[in-house]
Amino acid sequence: MTSITANHTATDNQPIAGLKAQLRRAERMKKIKAMLLVAPLALFLVIAFVMPISSMLWRSIDNTEVGSVMPQTAAAILDWDGQGIPDEAVFAAFAQELRESRAGGGLGRIGRRLNYEDPTFRSLLTQTLRGLPATTEVTWTEELIGINARWNETSTWLAVQRTAPTVTDRYLLAALDLERAEAGQIAKVAENQRLYVQVFKRTLVIAGGVTLICLFLGFPLAYLLATLPTSKSNLLLICVLLPFWTSLLVRTAAWIVLLQSGGLVNSGLMWTGIIDAPIQLVFNRIGVFFAMVHVLLPFMILPLYSVMKSVPSTYQRAAISLGAHPFAAFWQVYVPQTLSGIAAGTILVFIMALGYYITPALVGGPSDQMVSYYVAYYTNTTNNWGMAAALGALLLIVTLLLYMVYHKLVNQKQLVRS
Amino acid sequence: MKLKNNMTKQLLTGGLLTAGLALAGNAQAITVISFGGASGDAMQEAYYAPFSQQTGNAVTPGDYNGEFARIRAMVETGNVSWDVVEVESPELARGCFEGLFEPINWEVLGIADDLIPAAVTECGVGTFVWSTVLAYDADRLPRSPESWADFWNVEEFPGTRGLRRGAKYTLEFALLADGVSVEDVYDVLATPEGVDRAFAKLDEIKPHIQWWEAGAQPPQWLVAGDVVMSSAYNGRIAAAQEEGRNLEIVWNGSLYDLDYWAIVQGSNHVETAHDFIRFASQPEPQAEYSSRIPYGPVNPAAIELLTEKQASRMPTAEANLEGALAVNTDFWVDFGEELEQRFNSWASR
Repeated sequence: MTSITANHTATDNQPIAGLKAQLRRAERMKKIKAMLLVAPLALFLVIAFVMPISSMLWRSIDNTEVGSVMPQTAAAILDWDGQGIPDEAVFAAFAQELRESRAGGGLGRIGRRLNYEDPTFRSLLTQTLRGLPATTEVTWTEELIGINARWNETSTWLAVQRTAPTVTDRYLLAALDLERAEAGQIAKVAENQRLYVQVFKRTLVIAGGVTLICLFLGFPLAYLLATLPTSKSNLLLICVLLPFWTSLLVRTAAWIVLLQSGGLVNSGLMWTGIIDAPIQLVFNRIGVFFAMVHVLLPFMILPLYSVMKSVPSTYQRAAISLGAHPFAAFWQVYVPQTLSGIAAGTILVFIMALGYYITPALVGGPSDQMVSYYVAYYTNTTNNWGMAAALGALLLIVTLLLYMVYHKLVNQKQLVRS
Repeated sequence: MKLKNNMTKQLLTGGLLTAGLALAGNAQAITVISFGGASGDAMQEAYYAPFSQQTGNAVTPGDYNGEFARIRAMVETGNVSWDVVEVESPELARGCFEGLFEPINWEVLGIADDLIPAAVTECGVGTFVWSTVLAYDADRLPRSPESWADFWNVEEFPGTRGLRRGAKYTLEFALLADGVSVEDVYDVLATPEGVDRAFAKLDEIKPHIQWWEAGAQPPQWLVAGDVVMSSAYNGRIAAAQEEGRNLEIVWNGSLYDLDYWAIVQGSNHVETAHDFIRFASQPEPQAEYSSRIPYGPVNPAAIELLTEKQASRMPTAEANLEGALAVNTDFWVDFGEELEQRFNSWASR
């Protein structure tokens, strides 16, 4: 019996195995097709998202300018112990490579990098380049010191040495108002140069404030939208979406016109006698809040609305009929059901607000500028991409950390409620 | 549309050039790149057209937005298709340092003595002058302010003042208001004590300042009465004056800066490029240009060819140059970042 069954199965297995193989092939084909369909998206993500962000992160520690233009100098000066001045080999390599750097734009790169160490380096390089003798049969130490005595100073060569390694932490430290002191330990920068810690705090405060105001304004409006009859709510929804159809710049400029001291709001308030003299409503924090809340409010209302639409009104009524105070019914029955909408809306508004740049630049004062303002300044005005990348990288890290904390909080809350 | 027009123009001039070459043999076409816009149109009429007419050398015009990277790419690949290019002073300083521009042969040019000193540099020849000035609404002030010291005088001139949100210009004005003479401003600012002094002076009027970001803001604020006086670009004030606003300019203590012609390193027409620059620096074309747009000529002789009203609005008119200071671009290229950071730190305190 057993042997017959075994035989039977063995012969029967042949077509089954064939089928299985066919099935596998078909599955594989399906997988390949699916992957091909997703491929453009994946490619897009890599090109538009992963690559720029990783190259930005790399730039925040990149220190290859001098090493790529002056490889021999960089290698030689790394061996120097930092006492006195380096030996003739370093001087010779430096002089040679400085002369050659003029071709191919290398001089500009090292000039910019060395200027971050000391703002007078660029003119020192220009002067040195002009003074270099045409021959190579000279003592370079003497020649360079003859051109400018600063080549005889330890600090000059220490600055060059700091630009030699492949990576540096100077940009990331500078973005936190820190620097490496002479001996190499991390120290705070001079008090009148401290800026970015405050800017990061300010960015979080403004983004948080805008998010809260949006929530307080958006929640009742979304509730109204969700409870009104469709015909009326559609009209209202169009009003909510209207700002989307206007350019950001136009909306921001409109706020300037409305809020300036001769503007509509101030003259209205003065006409009604509430105030005697125009109050400052724009080019300060108030203006920033006005304009940013206006721009970001729809991003709060829409997720709230879509969640509220699916909350049956019967629960709240049931709670009231069971004796709950209307507010308790609202707070304990209705609000928890909209929590996912609140979570989506706040995180959306908060993260968008973190990156705001044009609006605070136009309606804010100097103490209302957010991190992106400085990123733009370093990218466009001074070409210091290391600093821009460091600020951007820190903002990204702060955002991710906050998001993780937030995610945990919201999940826990939902668990407790359910 | 603009691009298309340019292309047609280039094709046309290109065609004309080939025809011209066949006939003349030694006439050359040079490519001149400007920032375009209203200024580019004025250059076309004042410089390009007359130059081609008089010398037989065709000018192929083009424009760009100051993208330094394009010039660098051209020089690095050795594929130089631009000859003369208009650059702003920080880019001139950087490009000259990096060897992207041909050194100007001032002996061949022979016009160094005709131009204002700031127009004569190693790699560039100034082409027009624009100024950052003290501007005010004459209808709102008891008397005309005369200097930056008056700008700081909040007793006699109560009200909000406008300044550019940034260290550049602001620190110079503060030192001028503190009594530093025009010649010494950058020497003082190069020392740590000088920077402290400038910020201390700014502390005095900090509560009275409304900071502007865009060049269009000062004239608008002045007209709306948001500020009683402001630093402003002279071209913007001139435009508001054209519209009939009673805005006035204090030229004393104004800071002027230039746009320059530079010759791209490796250009095949260095000689013709010098010819073009020499031509564009003559009084007549300079006056023609400045009559179309309120930027000052670098050749003071051009002022006399303008109407009196036009001349009075030029940063380089003799009366306006008195007490004026040229922006030291090298200083700002080197120390700009450090000072801007300190400015922002100060301003947000």
